[in-house]
Amino acid sequence: MKRKLLVTLLVGSMLTAAACSDSKKDSGSSGSPVKAAWIYVGPTNDGGWTTAHDNGRKAVEAALGSKVLTTFKENVPEGPEVAQVIDDLVKDGNKIIFATSFGFGDAMLAAAKKYPDVKFEHATGIPNDAPNWSTFYGAGEQSTYLAGMAAGKATKSNTIGFVAPFPIPEVVRHINAYTLGARSVNPKATVKVVWINSWFDPAKERQAAESLVSGGADIIASGGDSPAPGDAAKAAGVGWTGYDSDQGANYPDVWLTAAIYDWGTYYTKEVQAVIDGTWTKGDYYGNIADGFTTIAPYGKRVDDATRALIDAKKADIIAGKFDIFAGPINDQSGAEKVAAGKSIDFGEQMSIQWFVEGVDGEIPA
Amino acid sequence: MNSNLFIVIAASAIYYGTPLLFSALGGVLTERSGVLNLGVEGMMLLGAVCASWTASRVDGPGWLVLSLALLAGIAAGSAAALLHAFAVITLRVNQTVSGLAITILAGSAGLSSYLASVWDLKNPVKHQFGKLDVFGLGDMPILGPILFHHTLLTYLSWALVVLISWYLFRTRAGLQLRAVGESPQTADAVGINVVRTRYVHTILGGALAGVGGVCFSLSIVPTWQDGMTAGRGWIAIALVIFGFWRPDLAMVGAYVFGAFSSLSLTLQARGVKITPQLLDSLPYVMTIAVLVVVSGGWAKRRLGAPAALGIPYEREER
Repeated sequence: MKRKLLVTLLVGSMLTAAACSDSKKDSGSSGSPVKAAWIYVGPTNDGGWTTAHDNGRKAVEAALGSKVLTTFKENVPEGPEVAQVIDDLVKDGNKIIFATSFGFGDAMLAAAKKYPDVKFEHATGIPNDAPNWSTFYGAGEQSTYLAGMAAGKATKSNTIGFVAPFPIPEVVRHINAYTLGARSVNPKATVKVVWINSWFDPAKERQAAESLVSGGADIIASGGDSPAPGDAAKAAGVGWTGYDSDQGANYPDVWLTAAIYDWGTYYTKEVQAVIDGTWTKGDYYGNIADGFTTIAPYGKRVDDATRALIDAKKADIIAGKFDIFAGPINDQSGAEKVAAGKSIDFGEQMSIQWFVEGVDGEIPA
Repeated sequence: MNSNLFIVIAASAIYYGTPLLFSALGGVLTERSGVLNLGVEGMMLLGAVCASWTASRVDGPGWLVLSLALLAGIAAGSAAALLHAFAVITLRVNQTVSGLAITILAGSAGLSSYLASVWDLKNPVKHQFGKLDVFGLGDMPILGPILFHHTLLTYLSWALVVLISWYLFRTRAGLQLRAVGESPQTADAVGINVVRTRYVHTILGGALAGVGGVCFSLSIVPTWQDGMTAGRGWIAIALVIFGFWRPDLAMVGAYVFGAFSSLSLTLQARGVKITPQLLDSLPYVMTIAVLVVVSGGWAKRRLGAPAALGIPYEREER
């Protein structure tokens, strides 16, 4: 019996090792390339967040060729396993590690202190004094505001349903921006929020979208990764704004637009800096003007007048003539929260835990 | 749009409970034979990805492609279950380890994702199981939207509940199956082929888990997503216990789970102030409560797990 148990354990651990996803791409052999690694929370073909980051990694390979050797770890859970993954990546000789989910923060920061020779960069992360620590993200809210405008014009019931992942500042900020955008073109519009408490659960995202439609929403907004809310929208014949990926070709009848990101330019710059030895710590926050974020091509549900309106607003944001968080802004109770002439400052944007007027929903404690 | 709260939740419970029901029914059959299968999640994903490929790439009339896709899902789940059966029945390795290995091997970071990437599955499938209006009853008040506006898969699952209940409790083969799960030594002594019984029901369990996966990839999430089942396989395993290893109660459990999931979302969408985490956790709390109940003396004899569940059978050790 003992022998069998041993065999079982051996086979089991071999299967486990085989199943752990790991990919290395050797891009050349001249000199010794700098190793760069990415840690993803989802699968690289999620059609959303992780796909966008992996496209960024591929852009690094394309731009730097044989000077870089990239690795990625996908489907890494936001738990103690991350520390192990980071240790392995450091042992493999990676000189810069990018982690692309908020929940990796603690483990990444601990690793930054443990391995001072390796650069750690955390997307959507929290700034820290560690000299080898950088954070990077972008003004998704500017694009989200523009997507909200499309939704505000398209809704007939004046009810927009938002499928929201987790009640963290990033998501609250996006819901606020979306609502401000929708109400800038349709003051009667309200945005109903349903929390699914998951970054990736397509069935639940679809179920949430259906519950919003049954609650009167005629436009669905995705705050999460999968196109599943689009399937609910398609079945119910209502409009859909996605997030992170252009699904217009797959959902032509329901598609409005989506806030999308271009991570490749930033990744290439950072890896190049490591190669050149000029890397410095920083907290990068890209925006529409940088080309870091934009909106996906419009679907046929967005009429020409609305397209012109959104394009003009986008031009204003790029030119620095329009601040989406400029006051006056009321909170949900209708009380003035941000006075005319003021704006929600960057620090508060990063920690925001209140909804603007027009959001129908609450932030769970 | 019928937006009565009860109707919305009941209809949603059945739609989202259907994949759980298939996988749980498979679990009932497998565990009744004394084999624990923790590979359900992996088998669901394999079924889902193979069905997704078939429905994306095979040309033909919709009904034919969908039938082939369903068969592909069944075949994929069965193949993974055959591997499990070989490991735990023939090699008599630890059932927990083998099941976990299959879930990890086939799961969201494993074979199913690899196949999806090799097959380049990133667009919506060409054919999917749409909702049917059965006998024109879909327009009936209340019952119409709840019961008669589902996909073919849901009606198939109802038929299976009846069929498997009849099989387990009204047929000779069902009696033999239960005997193997309770006491393989005794079953062997009266001439029942323990190994064959366990193989057959482990593979049937995998086939049904494969169909559970098909519910995802061809109905709920018709665009392939790695790990799209998001842990439903584990819930199906819990439902087997929740349903006292009975098909009818597994059905109740699957729909209760679907209803709680819908309740938390629907109440939020109607502006009712609740803590979604609390409602989301209730099915698990109920599963633990059931576990406590079935571990008691009387209940253990009447309702509990098959006595030989998880124990490899070796003839020499009689």
